[in-house]
Amino acid sequence: MEETPEAPAVDEARQAIIDKLTTELGDAVVGSHIQPGHDVWVRVTREAWRTAGLVARDQLGYRYFEYLSAIDWLPSPFGLSENSPTDALPEASTEIVTGHGGGDTRFQVIARVHSLSQKMGIHLKVDLPDDDLSITSWLPVFAGVNWHEREVHEMFGITFAGHPYLRNLYLPGEFEGHPLRKDFPLLARLVKPWPGIVDVEPMPASGDDAEAEAAEATETEEAAG
Amino acid sequence: MTALTERQQLAYANAQAADGRVNLEFETDEGMTLNMGPQHPATHGTLRIVLKLDGEQVISCEPIMGYMHRGYEKLVEVRTYPQVTTLVNRIDWLGSFANEVPFILAAEKLMDIEAPPRAQWIRTILFELSRISNISLFVGDMALHIGAISAAFYAFRDREYVLNQIEAATGGRFHPNFDRIGGLKDDLPKGWIADTKATMNKIRDFCDEMETLVEGNEIFQTRTRGIGVIPADVALAYGMSGANLRASGVDWDLRRDEPVGLAWNECDWNVITHPDGDSFARFWVRLQEIRESTRIVDQLLDGLPAGPIMAKVPRIIKVPEGEAWVATENPLGEMGYYVVSKGGLGPFRVKIRTASFNNIAVIPWVTRGVYVPDVVTILASLYFILGDIDR
Repeated sequence: MEETPEAPAVDEARQAIIDKLTTELGDAVVGSHIQPGHDVWVRVTREAWRTAGLVARDQLGYRYFEYLSAIDWLPSPFGLSENSPTDALPEASTEIVTGHGGGDTRFQVIARVHSLSQKMGIHLKVDLPDDDLSITSWLPVFAGVNWHEREVHEMFGITFAGHPYLRNLYLPGEFEGHPLRKDFPLLARLVKPWPGIVDVEPMPASGDDAEAEAAEATETEEAAG
Repeated sequence: MTALTERQQLAYANAQAADGRVNLEFETDEGMTLNMGPQHPATHGTLRIVLKLDGEQVISCEPIMGYMHRGYEKLVEVRTYPQVTTLVNRIDWLGSFANEVPFILAAEKLMDIEAPPRAQWIRTILFELSRISNISLFVGDMALHIGAISAAFYAFRDREYVLNQIEAATGGRFHPNFDRIGGLKDDLPKGWIADTKATMNKIRDFCDEMETLVEGNEIFQTRTRGIGVIPADVALAYGMSGANLRASGVDWDLRRDEPVGLAWNECDWNVITHPDGDSFARFWVRLQEIRESTRIVDQLLDGLPAGPIMAKVPRIIKVPEGEAWVATENPLGEMGYYVVSKGGLGPFRVKIRTASFNNIAVIPWVTRGVYVPDVVTILASLYFILGDIDR
């Protein structure tokens, strides 16, 4: 991120959140990332997931629950599926590259809590090992987490220990598979060519591009004036 | 017609039986089960609510959704960034333009570009117009659930004035698809500003009318005051947002507190709160918010800056690697997008945090012990849109 005068590179308020969480949780904080002036990500160990939620709620004052979800970091074996289905699928890579806050595993659970008094939110992340996709439920921390955990359970196949009612929320009861996993194919795209592909205009070459853009910009100005 | 196999017949019979089990009202030791929906008018779409009753009182209640689940979080993964706005328009279909804005802002945040001031102001104006059209329908709808038919007709009539303005500017009554990464598709048409101001006057008259017709009505007050009280702590723990949260006395509005680049801070308006947390408070807060929105629109129209409506963006939009979260105060409450980009043409993962999903999670809590007719007023006052729950 570039340094600008409006967003100082050091965000003291958000650094203080990380420091406080590190004091409370010790080694359980395994990664963090600050986007100065915008956001903060904190990655904790799986054992400390519920404790981290409680610390954020009770000691840091982050009492407003926003959402809980998960990310499957496996690169999609199907790509954007934009081309004709007869084309070969893109080269499937299995390298896992995770985002802000780092990570070592394919699945990460992510949640966001917010403090209304400090007007800031924290993203909390946690890694889940492939051979044991389970984590403690946040139900004792925020009541609203109930349906979010059910959704993550059906969409990603992640189990929340301590959740009493992990029934499918959206999908029919007998549905097989976990749709939001990257290796779950979007069949509509695989069996039928994407209709949008036919009216894609050829893009101008890079030289013309700049000219066209300049012409467009003047047009807009005229319209605005 | 092809004959069904035995297996298909069995599956069909089982599905029928499963429906029948809940569609029947029957008495057990635990009380009676009453199935409300999926086609009940108070559910704004197809939400099913299974109530366990003891006489007239609700023992427990389970909302069942998924009848309209369209899997947007999966679908956006096979679309490019500009294509996503078409999909997200359909999340909250009564305030469509407001759905586009946070996604576009998240993409802009990742690309580190900013729309020019004129575009930001027009965005804010259209955002508030969607709020007015969305919430004025709520006002009529809430009255309808309590038994006042005429308010609904007035609401539909006056909402149309706002929709006309949205259509005049964007070309779409319900699904404008007008927001672009870096700005807007078009500038405002000629004469639009004066027409919109006239519309705002009509909407203020509509608010006056509703205050005398609905809010001051004795039956309306008896049916809503003290019904479905949600304390602030519960509202926060369930992640409720928008007018539902403000009606519980929490002074929180993302438009004022985290304005994410739009023009709300440029004008003078108030955040409306009500301390009671009951159905009446939720109605009252929303009605006042329409007034505040008309004030915002008026002021923004007066001060609309000149200039371009589009920043310089490449023809082919590629969003650099990163993660961004942007939330705005939509008509139904806080709507946020968590966008993960891997540097490609389309998003790698998008988590859509919708307001109604969190808002109605409180239903099992708030309906415990209430009487059946009050369930309808509570559902109506929480104000959810099915597309906003099921995504």
